Amino acid sequence: MANPVAISARDLKKWFGEGNAQTLAVNDVSLDIYCGEVLFIVGPSGSGKTTLLSMLSGILRPNTGSVRIGDTDLWSLSDDKLADVRLGKIGFVFQDYHLFPRLTTAENVAVPLILRKQPWDLALERAHYYLGIVGLSARADLPPVKLSGGEQQRVAIARALIGQPDILILDEPTASLDGETGRNIIAFLRNDVLTKERCIVIVTHDARINEYADRIVNMEDGRVVGVKKGSNYA
Amino acid sequence: MNGLLTLAYKLLVNDRAKFSALLVGITFAVFLIVQMTSMFAGVLARASSTVLNVGAKVWVMDPAVNTVASSIGMPDYVLDYTRSIDGVRYAVPIYSGGAQVKLRDGTYQSVSVLGLDDSSLYGRPAMEKGRSEDIFSENGFFIVHDAEYAKLGKPDVGAEFELNDHRAVIVGVAAASSSGLFGIPTLYTTYSRAKQYIPSTRFTAAYILIDPKTPADVPGIKAAVRRLGYLALTRDEFIDRISAYYKYQTGLGMNIMMMTIISFIVGLSISGQTFYTFIIENLEKFGALKAMGAKGRELVWMILFQATFVSITGLGLGIGLCTLMIFFARARMPSYAAQITAGNLLLAFGMVLLIAAISSYIGVRRVLRIEPFDIFRG
Repeated sequence: MANPVAISARDLKKWFGEGNAQTLAVNDVSLDIYCGEVLFIVGPSGSGKTTLLSMLSGILRPNTGSVRIGDTDLWSLSDDKLADVRLGKIGFVFQDYHLFPRLTTAENVAVPLILRKQPWDLALERAHYYLGIVGLSARADLPPVKLSGGEQQRVAIARALIGQPDILILDEPTASLDGETGRNIIAFLRNDVLTKERCIVIVTHDARINEYADRIVNMEDGRVVGVKKGSNYA
Repeated sequence: MNGLLTLAYKLLVNDRAKFSALLVGITFAVFLIVQMTSMFAGVLARASSTVLNVGAKVWVMDPAVNTVASSIGMPDYVLDYTRSIDGVRYAVPIYSGGAQVKLRDGTYQSVSVLGLDDSSLYGRPAMEKGRSEDIFSENGFFIVHDAEYAKLGKPDVGAEFELNDHRAVIVGVAAASSSGLFGIPTLYTTYSRAKQYIPSTRFTAAYILIDPKTPADVPGIKAAVRRLGYLALTRDEFIDRISAYYKYQTGLGMNIMMMTIISFIVGLSISGQTFYTFIIENLEKFGALKAMGAKGRELVWMILFQATFVSITGLGLGIGLCTLMIFFARARMPSYAAQITAGNLLLAFGMVLLIAAISSYIGVRRVLRIEPFDIFRG
């Protein structure tokens, strides 16, 4: 893979608890994720996928090891700087979407720009544009509860994209969707969201979507037990 | 408005059930706080109505006097002595007592009678009808046009009635800056007529009113009166003394304070609990904001803004509601004693800020503790 490295993780370890109750969630994981690739992290429940994803995205501090995004060593940053990196470089799609039920769809999408101190009206204008990209322009003024699961997922993706992040992090994006909707969402990410400068990291249990990955990282008991090339590996 | 604050505003206001519950809690608390304290302020203002209406700069009295109505007669030598003090431009006695008025329909009505010094009429009220010198006419009385005026049948100039079996004629209607506390009409007459009409003790001068030559003379006058065993107070000091009596020696102040504290606790309970529920329900969303890159202090600002916004809105509604209630109560009962003062409003504002601070403190603690990882972990 000739593309530059987007995320470089080295010797990551994370444990929870102390003494006999200590659990090693991620054990000595090193991983490079490249710009322009879709990487899946798969494995059984409790294998450390979500913990690894959290450390890669600057949300959970590892006990040992490092994560670099470009030239920045994430875990050497202060909490405020780390928040700035997340806000500026990473887009998140959470498993339960975490949309605000009291805001309209457009207002939900605008949230990352609001956090970047952009004026409300300008942020809303951009939100309408991104809702158009995910095909939900007509739903802009509805609250998220009026949308289907697939539509809510698209809103969450629009929200993640509005800040034009270099890295898109998705946690179980198809978990609460039917097979066809799930495949459509991933196909959309693959075909319309992925760029040469952007990487997409997806934690999933859903083997039906493996065809859309460039690489698939398999985890068990906190370790990477295999990295296989997906059908889209160039 | 700042985008983050707009976001906080929409999150708060769009949750109509919680927003309404918060507003009701704070409005109710403010209403009770303002109502209680304005009632007390009204009572205190009315208790000092004679001091305000007479308007003398310095009052001399027996040291045991706590309120205008509880005057103790002073011997004539006190008057002579005060007139001899350096810095006194003039000093006159004033009579204060009560009498029974027999109305035309045969019913009796208690009245308060103030007897003004015959030679100077010092302390005379502003007149709405009639002239000040008419008070010297035979059986002449002024009636004060205050909230109790109607209790004598709204008498006009020329009206007659019996006062302690004496004929009394209304020769003027006086304006009043403040109504009395005890719900009875006030009449003015001359000092000599008051003594003649109303059974009195040996000493008849309830107070001696002093007009000092300059404000700088007041301390010297007070010291000289103190040496004689009496008390000289400026108008404001006398009002403070009356207020202190009602606050600390009647139980009224303590009861009002307790009711105010209970109102505060009720408001705090409703608002604090509702705001806490609001935060808990949005906790995951705040966690998601943190994950996306919101800083802890930004979330704190959002919560403080929400608590402040709802508190200030509730404060406005509570004050408005209380003002309306007092307005309608006064329209029905002119003698209703309640007045909203700057002090009441400041107290309510302070208590509402405290409610907002305590409510948001609980929410802020929870929001600062939530880890973005918890959002991923579900």
